[in-house]
This record gives sequence, structure tokens and C-alpha cells, in this order.
Amino acid sequence: MDLSLTDEQEFLREAARGALKRVDTVAAAREALEDETKRPDLWKTIVEAGWTGLLTSEDGGGAGLGLYDAMLVAQECGRVLAPVPLVSTLPAATVLDAAGDEASAAVASGELRVAWLPAAPPTDQEPRWTTDPKGGILRATLPTATVDGSTATLSGAVHWVLDAAQAEALLVTAEGPDGPIAVLVDASASGVTVEGLWRYDATRPLGHVTLDGAQGRVVAADELALRRAWHVAQGLLAAEAVGTVDALLPVAIAYAKERHTFGRAIGSYQALKHQLVEVLRLLENAKSLLIYAAWAHENAPDELSLATAAARSGAEHALDVATRVQISVHGGIGATWEHDAPLFFRRAQLQRRLLGGAGGATDRVAGELLGGVVPA
Amino acid sequence: MDLNDDPQQAEFRTQVRSWLNEHKAEAPIVMGEGQIEDEHERIEAWRGWQRKLADAGLCGVTWPEEYGGQGKGPIEQVIVNQELSRAQVPGPLDFIGLGMMGPAIIVHGTDEQKRRYLGPMLHGDEVCCQLFSEPAAGSDLAGVTTRAVEQEDGSFKISGQKVWTTNAQFSAFGVLLARTDADVPKHKGLTMFIVPMDAPGITVRGLRQISGEAEFNEVFLDEVHVPADTVLGQVGGGWSTALTVLMFERLSIGTSSIGYSAERFAAGVLSAPGAAEDPEVRQRLGHVGTEMIASRFAGHRLLSDLAGGKLPGPEFGLGKVTIVKSAIEAGDLLADVLGPDALDTGSEWGYIISFLPGLKSAGGTEEILRNTIGERVLGLPPEPRSDKGVPFSELKAREKEEVA
Ligand SMILES: Cc1cc2nc3c(=O)[nH]c(=O)nc-3n(C[C@H](O)[C@H](O)[C@H](O)COP(=O)(O)OP(=O)(O)OC[C@H]3O[C@@H](n4cnc5c(N)ncnc54)[C@H](O)[C@@H]3O)c2cc1C
Repeated sequence: MDLSLTDEQEFLREAARGALKRVDTVAAAREALEDETKRPDLWKTIVEAGWTGLLTSEDGGGAGLGLYDAMLVAQECGRVLAPVPLVSTLPAATVLDAAGDEASAAVASGELRVAWLPAAPPTDQEPRWTTDPKGGILRATLPTATVDGSTATLSGAVHWVLDAAQAEALLVTAEGPDGPIAVLVDASASGVTVEGLWRYDATRPLGHVTLDGAQGRVVAADELALRRAWHVAQGLLAAEAVGTVDALLPVAIAYAKERHTFGRAIGSYQALKHQLVEVLRLLENAKSLLIYAAWAHENAPDELSLATAAARSGAEHALDVATRVQISVHGGIGATWEHDAPLFFRRAQLQRRLLGGAGGATDRVAGELLGGVVPA
Repeated sequence: MDLNDDPQQAEFRTQVRSWLNEHKAEAPIVMGEGQIEDEHERIEAWRGWQRKLADAGLCGVTWPEEYGGQGKGPIEQVIVNQELSRAQVPGPLDFIGLGMMGPAIIVHGTDEQKRRYLGPMLHGDEVCCQLFSEPAAGSDLAGVTTRAVEQEDGSFKISGQKVWTTNAQFSAFGVLLARTDADVPKHKGLTMFIVPMDAPGITVRGLRQISGEAEFNEVFLDEVHVPADTVLGQVGGGWSTALTVLMFERLSIGTSSIGYSAERFAAGVLSAPGAAEDPEVRQRLGHVGTEMIASRFAGHRLLSDLAGGKLPGPEFGLGKVTIVKSAIEAGDLLADVLGPDALDTGSEWGYIISFLPGLKSAGGTEEILRNTIGERVLGLPPEPRSDKGVPFSELKAREKEEVA
């Protein structure tokens, strides 16, 4: 039993921290709320750092690292609200890698910027593959594909796609003649419309993608690879959230020690102390769940759905509580743009509604447990 | 990231598992559905089970070999706990003696005390209870008022009242915290004793808990005469002995597998028609399941820390908060989906539903844990206190005045 970081992992984490220091991403998150051109494009940073190929096998042109390694990077991004397209790129890279696709190396090296269109595998209650609806609570259907040789023709729409408008190619999960298939589409192909969006948290560019007879190339990935892409995305979002909470707690603690009311530091009042301990409790739980998710990714494929859903559910809950506690510990200033707290709150509010939502992850945990999956 | 045992631990686990496979049919059912009804019979069956565990080397795993222990590390103890829980058999009857009192005797006891108490404790022949809490001293344990008065020959006479004493009704000994000097500040005038429960002047009265069972007791002490060699640690050094006990309490709560698992509660939900399809039930089960899985992996992280030579600090209490909180919520969910039958003592869930609200207080209340973790882990300032440096007798006089 050894869960401590290896030297290589420590190095990866330090390197990530260093790479992300070059730009004040938190300040940029505030500026971009008013002027979206102020959002730094960190694409170059992530390509230079080799993060696009983190999860791609060495044969597929990547670094062949594990999910925990990618999560270490994601945590660093979450700490500073860095607009780094990990959650959109890495799942796509894993699908291409699993298929031994010719585009794998170009995606791993960052030569080709690809965005993965989220597609959720069925659950015990939802027999179809689905995507997020534009609004409301009913899950939406996947785009459909007709296939002719290696060419697929797609129609349908996928909403709230991370980094869609910045990508050169889209990896679509579509309903094919015999079940879900992966299709790689050029973002500028005819029949593809990407409506770029900025919502609430300026560090997460989004897009609505419409496919109207758009043609792309079928990727020879099996359904398992498509499922794993979803689970990897859940794990990475969870890791970003853990990083964000990890960064918030020390700030709240420092303020709770320094701010005095009624002749005492506010951190001595139990009403605040106990809330901060609750944040610590949820954070530590979420960290434990990241370990489970990463372990299942490499060692227990049958538990991957449960493990990543639990990681996402736990991390999003921690993020929700932590960002709210951050505001209340800081009193009035915590609710204003004078402080960073609102930026973190915006991050939590938006991400809790993306990629199936925090509630969807919690529901999937229940489904897996009810279906008889026993966690390690 | 390696969740596997190292070769030595794996071998130990295999040994433990194969012994349990061979003997688990002999284990008595001591709580919940199907438990042995008659209390005396139940305790004796449980005692016999502890003896078997001890003979197989599954008790006192971390105790020195010269006192009958296995001389192994905390990791092996955790492995034993995990395997007991996996085999769904009870641990030893005397979890308080083995988990806390024995280890404290190993740290603070004289050679003679270790020889006298540890062997019989290990085998369940003599159960040991914890005589700490009093009607007016629980969280504020250093406020105990049970008095031990030194006699001319060096012996002591002890008078006072203890309460919530788990297992006192069948204990042979109790480790008791008493005040030997009321004229110094409260943490200073304390002494720890090992008291025979059959000494003249001791009365044990059962206290019924929510479930209706009486697992804990009030213990009255009226001029109980004990010799000088019953002092555990130093006269006046009782607080330091108490802190040792509380440290082991933390370790023992944190490393025990309470035996409530996400999959067990999921199976309960499945047994209620329609519950598995209900979105709200699923959200509640998903949250509870997530917390339970998190505590399982927190346990793995603990093992990894222990293997790296790190001892559990106060942050460890968070694990207890999570386990108790999630099991309380799961019990509540099951009562909602199964209806009033779930509340019955005989039901699979009755024990959990009735016992856990008390477990929130046992071994340090949730509020006290949050205070301690807030101060010692997060470094937040303590609350102002009005008892620091004040002689205990003066403090009590002040309290009286305030209430009046
Ligand atoms: C199932 C069970 C088994 C037990 N077994 C034993 C045993 O074997 N031996 C033994 O000695 N004891 C035992 N106890 C007693 C247990 O240790 C005490 O109940 C516990 O320490 C709390 O003390 P109290 O009951 O006096 O409550 P109090 O200390 O009076 O607390 C009452 C309430 O006030 C809160 N409170 C107190 N101080 C503070 C503070 N500073 N800040 C915020 N809130 C505060 C508490 O959290 C609690 O909610 C057992 C208890 C239970 C429930």
C-alpha cells in the first residue's frame, strides 16, 4: 500500500505549477468577464508542457501516463482557474488512442486541436446514450450518423461543449446504425456550425454544436472506449474542482485568523471554525475519491463508472460548499468583485451544470451501487 | 499508486483470511438481526469468540510479544480489522480494553501491572472498561470530580460517580480518572487508577439506550479502597495518561471498519419496490454512497501513511465524522423507503438507526472534534477559556455562583 506521489509525479506537479505561473489566470478570469478577448489562450502552454498527450499511449504518440498524473495537472489548473482545455482534449485523445487512429499522434502532440463532444453512457434508468439538453431536465439524444465506408454523415446537435469554438476538429459520439460510434469532423466542414459562448465563468469557453449533414471520418473505437472517455472527463472535472477547493481553504483560514470582531479573531468563533472544518472534511474525502477513480482507471475497469461518478459527485459537493463558505467567511467583501471569491463561485456554479451535472454523477453512483457494483 | 499489500502484509492477510474462512461459522451473532437474545449468553458467546481470535493471534496485534501480543505494527491491526469486516464476523468483545486501555497500560504501566492485566485482557477472561465520563464531565473531561484520597499507608479511597460506562456490567476492571488534588488547576490534580469492579463500594446500574438495550452504565463509587499499586502512571499525572488513552481511542475508531458499506445500504434500498427508480432516493443514496466510498479510500490513505511511518493526527477524527454522518443518513433513507418496520429492534436496520445518534457523541462529540481539528489542523485560534490556570476548587465555586 503506497499512495504517496512518485518523484516523477512530484516533478509533473511542480512543472505544472510553474507553467501556470506565467500568466495571472485568476486576474484574467475577472477581466474576461467584461472583455472576453482578455482571456489568455493557454493552448500553447499546454502543448509545450506536453499535456495534450498525457493519456495517450507511447505507441499512439503520447506520454502514456496514468489518470492520476493527468489529475495532478488538472488540480493545478483548478487551483488558479486556468482556462486549460484538458477536459475537452484528453477524452478525445483517449478515444483516438484506443482506436489506434491515424490522428492520435497529431492530437497528442497538439498539432491538431480537437474538442470532444460530451456523450453520456446509459445508466440503469436511462437506456440510451445521451447528451446535455440546452435547457430543462430531459436528457437529449446523440446526433445520428449514417455510415458509408469510413465516412459518416451526421445530423443533430450537442450543447454546452467545452472549448468547441477554439477547436480545429470535433470528436463526435453519434448514434450509428448499430450503436454509438466515434466520428472525427473538421470544425470548418460544411454542415458544421459552432456557436461560441461565454457563460457566467469566463474561464470556460463553451459552444453549441449543430451538425446538419456534416461529413466526418469514422474512428474505429469500440463502445468501451467511448464510455471510458466520459468517465475520464468526469474524473478530470473532479480533479479540477479538488484543486480549486485546495486553493480556497488557506485563503479563508488566513482571513479568519486576521479579521477581528468583538475583540476576537473570527476564526475563533465555532460558527466559522466548524464550516471551515467541513470544507476540509469534504476536500479530504474528494481527494480520497480521486485516488479511487485513478486506481479504477488502471486496475478495475468494472468500477470506473462508479469511481469517477463518485469522484465527481464528491468533488462538486466540496466545491459548492467551499465557494459558499469562502463568501460568508469574508463577509461583505466576499460578495463583491473587490475579492476573488465570486470568481470561484462562478466557476462552481457553471461546472456543476456541465457534462451531465453534479446531480447526474450522484445519480450514476446510485445506479452503479443498485446494479451491484462493489467498490474496492 | 499501489493499493496492494507488500509481500509481507499480503502473507499476513492470507493467513488471517484463511483462519477466518475456516472458523467464521463459529462466530456468534452479537448485534442486529438474529442476535443471541439473552444478554448473558450473548456476552459469554462473544467472550468465547474473543478467546479464539486471541489464540489465533488476531487480538493485541500491536502488543509486545512478551505480554501475549503479536509485536506487529498498526498496518497489521488494520488488516485484521478489514478481514473481520470482510468475513462479517464480530471483532473481540473487549474492544475498549484491547483498543485503548491495554495500549495505555503498555505505555504507562509498571512491569507488574503489565504482567497482571494484559494476558487475561487479551483472551477475554477479564474485560476492562473506561471509567472517564461523569455526569458533569464529558467533553470537558478534565473536570472530573470523583475524588481519590490518599491514605496514610499510601492506598487510596475513591468516591464519586461515573456514567456512560460501556461494558461495565461485565467488566473485571476499569481504568478510572479521579481527582487527587482540587487545589491546583484542573488538568494538574488528576490521577489514573486501575480499579477492580468487584471491589466493595462499587455499584453498577445499567442505562437503557435509544434501542432499549443497556450497553452502558452508571457506576457509583463509595469509599472504594484500592492499594497504591493500582495507580496507572504518576500520581498527579492522570491527564497525560488520559491523553494517551484518547490517542489510542482515535487510532482505534479510525482503523476499525464499522461494517456499514455503501453496497449493503444499496441492497436495502433495492428491497423496497419502486425505491431504486425514485430520483430523490437515488440522490440520497448517491451522496451517502459517495461518502462511504470516500471513507474506504481514506482508510487506504491512512494505511499508506502508516506504512510511511506517519502516526494519525487529529485530522483522523474527520473519518469518524464521515462514517457516522453517512450511516445516520443511510439509516434515515432506509426507514423512509422501508417504512416503520425498519425501526424495529429485530430489523436489519433497527440497530443502526437507534445506535448511531449516540455514536455521534461517543469518543468525542462531533462539535469537539470540529473544534480540535479547526485549532490543531487548520491552525485557527481557540475560543477564550475561563478555566486556564485557575485552581479546580475555585472554578467549581465560580460555576455554582453562575448557575445560582
Ligand atoms: C455510545 C456511547 C458510549 C460511551 N462509552 C463511554 C465509556 O465507555 N466510557 C466513558 O468514559 N465515556 C463513554 N461515553 C461518554 C462520551 O465520551 C461522552 O458522552 C462525550 O465525551 C460527551 O460528553 P457529555 O455526554 O458529558 O456531553 P457534554 O460534554 O455535556 O456535551 C453536551 C453538548 O455540548 C457540546 N459541547 C460541549 N463542549 C463544547 C465546546 N467546547 N464547544 C462546542 N460544543 C460543546 C457537545 O458537543 C454536546 O453536543 C460514551 C458515550 C456514548 C454515547
